[in-house]
Amino acid sequence: MSRMKKFNLPDLGEGLTEGEILSWLVKPGDTVTLNQPIVEVETAKAAVEIPSPYAGVVAELHHAEGETIDVGTPIITFDTTPGAAPSEEAPAAPSPAPSAESLAAVEIAPEDQPVEPGLIGGPAPGGRTSVLVGYGPKTVTAQRRPRRPAETPAAPLEDPELTLLPSIPDPLHSAAKPVRHGGLEVGRAAERAAEAASAPVRAKPPVRKLARDLGLDLASVHATGPSGTITRDDVQRAAQHATVTPLPTARPVAAAPPVASWDSSREQRIPIKGVRKLTAEAMVASAFTAPHATEFLTVDVTRSMRAVERLRASRDFAGTRVNFLVLVAKAVALAVARNPMINSSWDDARAEICVKEYVNLGIAAATPRGLLVPNIKDAGRLTLRQLADALADLVATAKDGKTPPADLSGGTITITNVGIFGVDTGTPILNPGESAIVALGTVREMPWVHKKKVRVRQVCQLAVSFDHRVVDGELGSRFLADLGAFLNDPETTLLAWT
Amino acid sequence: MGEMADGELVQLLTPEGELTEHPEYALSLTSDEYRDLYRDLVMVRRIDAEATALQRQGELGIWASLLGQEAAQVGAGRAMRQQDMAFPTYREHGVGYCRGVDPLRALGLFRGVDLGAWDPREHNFHLYTIVIGAQCLHATGYAMGIARDGKVGGDDGEAVIAFLGDGATSQGDVNEAFIFASVFAAPVVFFCQNNQYAISEPLERQTRIPLYKRAAGFGFPGVRVDGNDVLATLAVTRKALDDARAGQGPTFIEAYTYRMGAHTTSDDPTRYRIASEVEAWKLKDPIARLKSFLIRHEHADPEFFAGVESEADELAAYVRSGCLAMPEPAHSTLFDHVYAEGSAEIDAQRASFTRYQASFADGGVR
Repeated sequence: MSRMKKFNLPDLGEGLTEGEILSWLVKPGDTVTLNQPIVEVETAKAAVEIPSPYAGVVAELHHAEGETIDVGTPIITFDTTPGAAPSEEAPAAPSPAPSAESLAAVEIAPEDQPVEPGLIGGPAPGGRTSVLVGYGPKTVTAQRRPRRPAETPAAPLEDPELTLLPSIPDPLHSAAKPVRHGGLEVGRAAERAAEAASAPVRAKPPVRKLARDLGLDLASVHATGPSGTITRDDVQRAAQHATVTPLPTARPVAAAPPVASWDSSREQRIPIKGVRKLTAEAMVASAFTAPHATEFLTVDVTRSMRAVERLRASRDFAGTRVNFLVLVAKAVALAVARNPMINSSWDDARAEICVKEYVNLGIAAATPRGLLVPNIKDAGRLTLRQLADALADLVATAKDGKTPPADLSGGTITITNVGIFGVDTGTPILNPGESAIVALGTVREMPWVHKKKVRVRQVCQLAVSFDHRVVDGELGSRFLADLGAFLNDPETTLLAWT
Repeated sequence: MGEMADGELVQLLTPEGELTEHPEYALSLTSDEYRDLYRDLVMVRRIDAEATALQRQGELGIWASLLGQEAAQVGAGRAMRQQDMAFPTYREHGVGYCRGVDPLRALGLFRGVDLGAWDPREHNFHLYTIVIGAQCLHATGYAMGIARDGKVGGDDGEAVIAFLGDGATSQGDVNEAFIFASVFAAPVVFFCQNNQYAISEPLERQTRIPLYKRAAGFGFPGVRVDGNDVLATLAVTRKALDDARAGQGPTFIEAYTYRMGAHTTSDDPTRYRIASEVEAWKLKDPIARLKSFLIRHEHADPEFFAGVESEADELAAYVRSGCLAMPEPAHSTLFDHVYAEGSAEIDAQRASFTRYQASFADGGVR
């Protein structure tokens, strides 16, 4: 038996097909004990910790955090006898040589490594592969067992599969011979014979789709598969001949002039789950509980842009990345200090407004996991340099899809930088529990009246949405005006305000 | 979760591990008996923890954890006499343990290799009932039956105990059982573990009055006991069972407790309850309070606790290895328990299915 043990993602909740690796609690080289939590996985039903099925040393993690994995896929390999001399890689578990007939229709999920008896994917007592327990339907359907080749031509007649599915007529055989066994079957032979003439074709869904894609009518395809089913090959063979002998009901196979169509074959269905689902719930909750009001301000930010350039050249900022967003973050922190009520939350349960003295500054980020809003804790107390470092850190972590849950909670106010997509502004929806969100448009060169003359200046649009239960128009306007004032003339406002 | 007035709750051991007195329920145990109860609690929790881990590792399809409810189950299980009959839900692993049922029997059901294959007669522990509350009818019918058999009355009589949860009290079956039990004075105890949630539905959605007060409306006594206090649960259940065996009719016991884990391994309790509530209940842990008591009053020494721990380790290893070694059932067993004496139709289906299995290249062995 191999000392290297793979562990497959189990079905954690009755019929789940996949799970997302939220966070690894171990890394390669770590020694783990039996039942020690190794990974946190989120499924459609719950986020759960998986306890280690082995004691040993972690040899390999097969998937990164943030990846969504099918049930039954290896996620981690353990070395259960660390310290022993490296053994040869265990040979693949011997699988029975499938017969020629079975090869076409059967997929056997190969096991790279033998697994301990009784464990998933391993030989169960009696030399079987254990799949009865703990696998989702996806894997089960993928693991068709090889069937015995038919020994006599009459075999399909006795195929119990047919008798177990009495309502599906067998167009090839039912008329020829009555079914001989099975109480439910008695008396059905005649019925089946009658149905045979108008019998529906038998083909698996992917084959049906292939035929549809090729514009073939399945009823006209000659079936060679087991029990009279139409196989993929049958369809492809028929498609090759279709141009020669077009079928009356078939759609044209050759390239036809485009015809307007709007059926479901041209729709893509994306399951709503994971971050998308959470985002949707948060947005709905926010949009329909907090009455939003949004205000806009267009600002000449040329001085800010120059300041950014000077800061970049400054030794104090060596090794970090200064950009306009850093100044906006500073502007928000300062404007909050001058307008504290903007940084508060509506506590319905206690009928209170909670005004926060700390600023946990959220930055909306498009990440591989979808929209996330990690926040910089206590940003109001950070120097510009610290703010720049924190922002760079936060963005890098988010882009890697490694934002820890702690960074996602406790936010008090948010900036969403839609400007990076080249748009001017938007009407952002509040991050739930917060009272204001700032949208930052793109900075573009515009004709602008500067010192009584039209000049080319760098101009940016700001928008602030606020929870009108907490924030009145006056407060919202002052906050936005302060933001604008800072970005218009950072040096002067900094001297004046701090 | 609102706290009830103290007067309503029978408690003999406080969460701090101090004995208290109750005018109606006195309990005096020897050091050995106290230690045995502690051992039971630890074993039951360990079986549950191992089964939960096995589910997370893909070895069980699902598991219904009893974490937090050990005292309620051990108290009730140990209150039963040999001749008493239990009708459990699917969460009564602790009661089963007290009845002497091998924990692997329950695991077989949750692993999907059998349909709950223990002989109810062997330990007077009926099969797990998955349908919510249905076992209350079974228990009531059974109790009415033993009454007619003349097995009730006197000190040696038999009694029946039906287990149910707070959510089940909203079921029609349960209310029908209460009515039958009441009007026929059936020797049955309805032992309700109020763990505060029916899956995600909080108690406020089941009742506007404390559950134990419902019994009065049906015409039998109801009592609320601290379900995290194994001593009080033992005393209260013992009294109720003795009343039943003596022919005094049913009692409703509300064991006030808390489900520390998920409803089942398919559930995520963080979606419907807040962490502070769970933290508050941690302070009422049934095992910690008994341990405090044992240490403070010198009923047990460190060797005892170490011994129990290693015994629990062995039990966990037994549960794990036994689970992994469970043979998968012969496919024909599917047909074995449909009719007591078989039927031609089932025989034909079995034969058909057997041929179907045999059509596979691997001989249809799985």
